[in-house]
Amino acid sequence: MKRVVVLLVAVVVLAGGAVAYATWAASRGAAPAAAAFDPGVPGRLLVRSAGRIAAVPLDDPGAAPTVSGTACDRFHSAGGTTLCLVTRPGTLPKTDALILDRSLRETRRIKLAGIPSRARVSQSGRMASWTVFVTGDSYSSGGFSTWTGILDTRTGYAVTNIEDIPLYLDGRRYHSPDVNYWGVTFAADDNRFYATVSTKGKTYLVEGDFGAWRARTLRENAECPSLSPDGRHLVFKKRVSPGPWRLHALDLKTMRETPLGESASVDDQAAWLDERSVMYAKDGDVWAAPLDGGPPRLLVRDASSPVAVR
Amino acid sequence: MYISIKGTGLARSVPANVLALGLVSLVTDISSEMVTAVLPLYLVSALGLSLVQFGVLDGLYFGVTALVRLAGGHAADRLARRKLVAGVGYGLSAVCKLALLAAGGSVAALGAVMAADRTGKGLRTAPRDALITLSAPVDRLGGAFGVHRAMDTVGAFLGPLAAFGVLTVTAGAYDAVFVTSFCVAALGVLLLVLYVRDRRGPLPPGGRGPLRLGTLLRRAPFRRLCLVAAALGLVTVSDSFVYLMLQKRLALAPELFPLLPLGTAGAYLLLAVPFGRLADRYGRAAVFAAGHVALLAAYLLLMGPAWLVPVLALHGAFYAATDGVLMALAGPLLPEQSRTSGLALIQTGQATARMLSSMLFGALWTVLGATEGLAVMAAGLVLSLALAWRSLRAEGGAPMTAPSSRSR
Repeated sequence: MKRVVVLLVAVVVLAGGAVAYATWAASRGAAPAAAAFDPGVPGRLLVRSAGRIAAVPLDDPGAAPTVSGTACDRFHSAGGTTLCLVTRPGTLPKTDALILDRSLRETRRIKLAGIPSRARVSQSGRMASWTVFVTGDSYSSGGFSTWTGILDTRTGYAVTNIEDIPLYLDGRRYHSPDVNYWGVTFAADDNRFYATVSTKGKTYLVEGDFGAWRARTLRENAECPSLSPDGRHLVFKKRVSPGPWRLHALDLKTMRETPLGESASVDDQAAWLDERSVMYAKDGDVWAAPLDGGPPRLLVRDASSPVAVR
Repeated sequence: MYISIKGTGLARSVPANVLALGLVSLVTDISSEMVTAVLPLYLVSALGLSLVQFGVLDGLYFGVTALVRLAGGHAADRLARRKLVAGVGYGLSAVCKLALLAAGGSVAALGAVMAADRTGKGLRTAPRDALITLSAPVDRLGGAFGVHRAMDTVGAFLGPLAAFGVLTVTAGAYDAVFVTSFCVAALGVLLLVLYVRDRRGPLPPGGRGPLRLGTLLRRAPFRRLCLVAAALGLVTVSDSFVYLMLQKRLALAPELFPLLPLGTAGAYLLLAVPFGRLADRYGRAAVFAAGHVALLAAYLLLMGPAWLVPVLALHGAFYAATDGVLMALAGPLLPEQSRTSGLALIQTGQATARMLSSMLFGALWTVLGATEGLAVMAAGLVLSLALAWRSLRAEGGAPMTAPSSRSR
């Protein structure tokens, strides 16, 4: 019976330890939330900080952030619309895409699965797009797959997986069951968009037409494009060696491509700080790099999902 | 015998040591699946890391795990202390749960912890399975493995539930999940220490240590079984591909996708014990082969109408008829003093073959397309199965096909 006593004592001690820790973790003081938080106030840089939507002044990004009460794993915001990807606790890991209004109140919820990867809202705030990882949980383990969806917030029409869109590869209609899309960015007309498609081991930059529902490839090896506010440049991550990625800028008029000054590998969909520079997450901090190849600079520590609101 | 359910029907048919090992696996699986369920989210959401940083290390980890598994098997045999080696493996994985907290956001440290966790898993599997083969009568090995695997799967079901329970009550504190997981893992180690008995009979005459792996492979029946396991592993499509194909064929709603593995696990859980018993009664080689026929049927359904429930049931039946049954087939072919190293060898061979299969099918999917790639794998499976059947039937009088004459 000695064994039973040892076991019971151990169960009590271990269970007590786990409960005590969880209780402490639950009561840990989170940063006080700002009473009212309007993501549309201009002159601020929105970031994800301590797991929640937060803001710092654009002219002083090193200042202590004003934190909202809204938790997101990845978000983007424009024109008064905020798209918040949040994982939902439950017996199975799930992700929801939430559309939030200017008081960060939920107006629409789309149930997804997987791990949040990318979020983007068009400049006007009308179109929203998201990408989640659904399997493999990584790029290398067998069968890595993403789902990308697009929502038109004005009509309420949502496509939860855009991979059925008719695709033209190098001008010819292309059929393959293995196409995967990720990283959508919208043009100012709320109809045209750019994204990445992968098929047969290659990635392509695609230009899509939401209304006509078709897409065509523009060039190879470009992922997670981000269109500049003036619509003249795309910044994307390109596979290089050593890499895996390096941010590059593409001039859409000349179709000339130049590497940015950030030499470290970046796995993010860039966001535009202004017409001349982009922001991205690297090693848990938000950095900015100019288009002209100048050196990158640190913007906000311990943050991700940057969005400049002007 | 000394477990509290003594006297019940279960205890009479399944040795107490096997139940104890099953309980240890159940508890340990709760712990490890708690972490597995939240780790990608933790890395991406809490730490802001890119998953690709970990994907790159995957192949490397695999190599390390394989070597440690073989070395651990050899050490367990050499010292005749399987429980000790398994305990080190369980203990290492338990400590890793706390080390995850200590690693913080450092990619190097996290990578090291994840490698150590896998090492622990690699270390404990073979000695645990060897203990099962040494704890049950030879003619009931299939049933014993069935009970063990079913208990293990119950743990795998409960783990994610526990993790998200903790996340819910703590409002998303990942560290609380790791601490809880550690406490559960520690309980598993304690159960092993208290209730699992090593079998430390006198060493065989002459005090010989374990045979070298080369010597083991010179034994024709064991060598053939290793080759069969590897050949079939090479044409076994990895689970994630099966789920992905189902999703694509059926255009399943995104939120239902995470349920697919539960379907397989459910069938595995229900069928592991009956299939193990069938294997004991009608021949393990036959059930092992039938399991691969179920896999073939699942492939054909995936290429055809892709019916959800039948595909998942066949997929689970495949695991139920092959995973524990392979160990029950291999155990009696190995001399007691080399059992752990032999099982480690066959597990490593199978795991290596499955990794190659993943790479192969990934390439086929990319070049030919999913259905065509699967057709190639199905053709390969038919071929491997034919070879396997010939090879296994050659063991005419071996213990696995004549269990009744070997009961103790």
